[in-house]
Amino acid sequence: MSATAHAHIEDHADDHGHHHKETFVTKYIFSQDHKMISKQYLITGLIMGIVGIAMSLMFRMQLAWPGESFPILEVFLGDWAPNGVMDADIYLALVTIHGTIMVFFVLTAGLSGTFSNLLIPLQIGARDMASGFLNMISYWLFFLSSVIMILSLFVEAGPASAGWTIYPPLSALPMAQAGSGMGMTLWLVSMAIFIASSLLGSLNYIVTVLNLRTKGMSMTRLPLTIWAFLITAIIGVVSFPVLLSAALLLIMDRSFGTSFFLSDIFIQGEVLHYQGGSPVLFEHLFWFLGHPEVYIVILPAMGIVSEVMATNARKPIFGYRAMIASIIAIAFLSTIVWGHHMFVSGMNPFLGSVFTFTTLLIAIPSAVKSFNWITTLWKGNLQLNPAMLFSIGLVSTFLTGGLTGIILGDSTLDINVHDTYFVVAHFHLVMGISALYGLFAGVYHWFPKMFEGKMLNKNLGYVHFWVTAVCAYGVFLPMHFVGMAGVPRRYYENTAFPMFDELTDVQVLMTVFALIAGLAQLVFLFNFIHSMFYGKKGPQNPWKSNTLEWTAPQEHMHGNWPGAIPHVHRWSYDYSKTDENGEYIIPGQDFVPQNIPLKDGEEELNH
Amino acid sequence: MTTLLILTVLVLVAIAIWQMTKIFELSQIKTIDSQIANDRDNRYNSYLLMVFLVFIYAITIFSFWKYGKFLLPEAASEHGKDYDDLMLVSFIIIFIVQAITQFLLHYYGYKYRGEEGKKALFFADNNLLEAVWTIIPVIVLAGLILWGLYTWTNIMDINDDDDPLVIELYAQQFNWTARYAGHDNVLGGANVRMIDIDKANILGLDEADLNASDDILVKELHLPVGRKVNFKMRSQDVLHSAYMPHFRAQMNCVPGMTTEFSFTPTITTADMRLNPDVMDKVKRTNVIRAKKAAQGKENSDPWEFDYILLCNKICGKSHYNMQMKIIVEEEEEYNKWIAEQRTFAQTMASVQ
Repeated sequence: MSATAHAHIEDHADDHGHHHKETFVTKYIFSQDHKMISKQYLITGLIMGIVGIAMSLMFRMQLAWPGESFPILEVFLGDWAPNGVMDADIYLALVTIHGTIMVFFVLTAGLSGTFSNLLIPLQIGARDMASGFLNMISYWLFFLSSVIMILSLFVEAGPASAGWTIYPPLSALPMAQAGSGMGMTLWLVSMAIFIASSLLGSLNYIVTVLNLRTKGMSMTRLPLTIWAFLITAIIGVVSFPVLLSAALLLIMDRSFGTSFFLSDIFIQGEVLHYQGGSPVLFEHLFWFLGHPEVYIVILPAMGIVSEVMATNARKPIFGYRAMIASIIAIAFLSTIVWGHHMFVSGMNPFLGSVFTFTTLLIAIPSAVKSFNWITTLWKGNLQLNPAMLFSIGLVSTFLTGGLTGIILGDSTLDINVHDTYFVVAHFHLVMGISALYGLFAGVYHWFPKMFEGKMLNKNLGYVHFWVTAVCAYGVFLPMHFVGMAGVPRRYYENTAFPMFDELTDVQVLMTVFALIAGLAQLVFLFNFIHSMFYGKKGPQNPWKSNTLEWTAPQEHMHGNWPGAIPHVHRWSYDYSKTDENGEYIIPGQDFVPQNIPLKDGEEELNH
Repeated sequence: MTTLLILTVLVLVAIAIWQMTKIFELSQIKTIDSQIANDRDNRYNSYLLMVFLVFIYAITIFSFWKYGKFLLPEAASEHGKDYDDLMLVSFIIIFIVQAITQFLLHYYGYKYRGEEGKKALFFADNNLLEAVWTIIPVIVLAGLILWGLYTWTNIMDINDDDDPLVIELYAQQFNWTARYAGHDNVLGGANVRMIDIDKANILGLDEADLNASDDILVKELHLPVGRKVNFKMRSQDVLHSAYMPHFRAQMNCVPGMTTEFSFTPTITTADMRLNPDVMDKVKRTNVIRAKKAAQGKENSDPWEFDYILLCNKICGKSHYNMQMKIIVEEEEEYNKWIAEQRTFAQTMASVQ
């Protein structure tokens, strides 16, 4: 189906009826169908997630029991862990690749890629993305970048190990660190391709949301998921190109002898020719993406949670317009706060003041969102499905992690906790765990939509949630204390400082929780794979939801709806809406799907 | 201790799993094979939400009780006091907000659990409520921002008032060197291009610069108590960060530029060793180290408290062991120590 056909969907809505010849390759591999592409994103993201989480478990073991021998490490790391004792170089490599994979491959592509693709066409009432072809290219570029990133793990001198922020000169000079040779080259190539993929995807999302909404779907009737995906795509388009330029300039410094980021370097007995560059410039370019990136990660999760929470609370989301306004405010502010990563980088302290100001401002829309979620629960009729629990979990970790942002965003207080475990604890709670919860909430909620009506097992879901929730706090709450005791992050071991000796206990506690959390993810993995094949089919609209995707048949078809696409007559949050007699609008049913016309005398909420 | 912790964790997890299998069983007896939460699921999970709320409070209190004493001792610098005050106030605000919001979130999750036939309240908007919880954070944050910026401006105002001692902190993979400015209190010119390892000119000082000749290079940082110190940071290879946690001080060292930080140490090393918190910490640590020694492990000598300078920006393989000792002492002791050190000119002369 061509793009022009989509543009005229409303004129001949039955147009999709003709059948395409589908081969295995066009259906499962080079598919242009958004539902298949979303599954491809999810499964690739999950595989990358397994790699990323496994890495974190390995270095957590090193931190808890430094210098101890674990045969399992030798199995995975080979010569990097002689006799099962992890090497210092590979420790840094694991930390680096863990960060890269989790931030970009799991929480950007795996989260936003999966759910933007699945939900945008289905929830706005479109037959597919604006360009199915670009969408397919976007996925395959993501796949290629994932493969290159994984390949870099097998380079002889080791993968990139300069931290996920790859600050030069460490990342630029192979003599500074073994991982800064071929490993770093592959990292940069992989990320450049990833950025291209992300841009193609984002442009597609924006165009689709703006142009392909079905009749009646005004911007203020969009579910909050779509608002979140739209704004996420916009900040992606604004900020990812800046990372690409940083990566390109770094490639030039590394390979062609330019001096964008390097100056006055004496290493391994010789002076290098670089003159006049500045590593601080790289930090600016990196964080110009890097900070919006955390919102690229968390906004889709917030969108998912808003939708899941309203559905399962059987209540409209509280303050729909305020939620949209907060998303926009967060997105705008996110592009002007990057300097708070650089308070002690040597940049002008006055800039530090400005960034403190903008950073603490961003707490306001974040607070509004949190309060609105809590109010959405108030006087609800909460259906505590696993997706709902993960949504409540997100609000909890977002609050806990967000609050310590008040400390880190304050340039003064940042001085002593900068780059310590305090930071690690903060961002893992506020954007790592929270975004993962959003991802899980989305998977539990929309699994039936992805896999033709099959549902995930709820009891395994409960086990997954509760063990994960306990362990997440078990790992990251005590970690704040390690940071405030002054322990720097990215230390292979803390034994060189007697003042940190007594903190080993805390490290052990955190590692034990982390290992258990890792096991809990196996429960999810089993549930996912098992349900994919043997899952019980549920009803067409299992969660009694208002949004359009549940009006589409369970069986996947090109074009999403047989016959005409549904038209929209109301917003997506008419849960438990009653008429003046206190009766539900549709008798016996506490929800009114978006495609149901307003009843006589029913007042459309002026939201 | 470690074993106890692990055991506690295991017990907690066991309880959690036991609870869950219970739900498992209960939910499997009668239900029609549906994967959608029913009243029983809602009930049990709502109870667990309250248990979870208790867990969040408990682990927070546990961490404070158990790990609160591991935190850094009182600040040993003049601005450190302001830093600690601001930190304390921020933390009080955080804990109040955390306690209230987590309670509301989980309590509502418990109280409003779903039941067949229950009617939720259609409540979509309330401008007054939203205005209130927009304005309260605005006011609180405005206060924090103003206070923070005032303190920040003071800390970062690096000037030559009050006759500061000028010291360069020089970073390289993986060690620190300190350069005192000598009698003239002016650092001589330097650049990596003038490094001459053979002549022991490891910091690339300009041999022709008279200001450089009285500079003093050392591997241990001595600071006179009560005198302002202006640090100039340099790095010769990659990014490093000079982190002096006891003084609430940190600044990155960036190749190609000089960065600055300034503070006035207020407590001598000797006095800090007598601080009750520090004495406790040393005692606890030495118990651990004695145990290690008994097991014949390395790195188990008894420890004596010292201020320390750490590298806090990933800089390569041995990043985790890049440190320098800092000694804060009385003016006379400092003068005696500095008089014993060789100047750059003397070092050069001895090599040639």
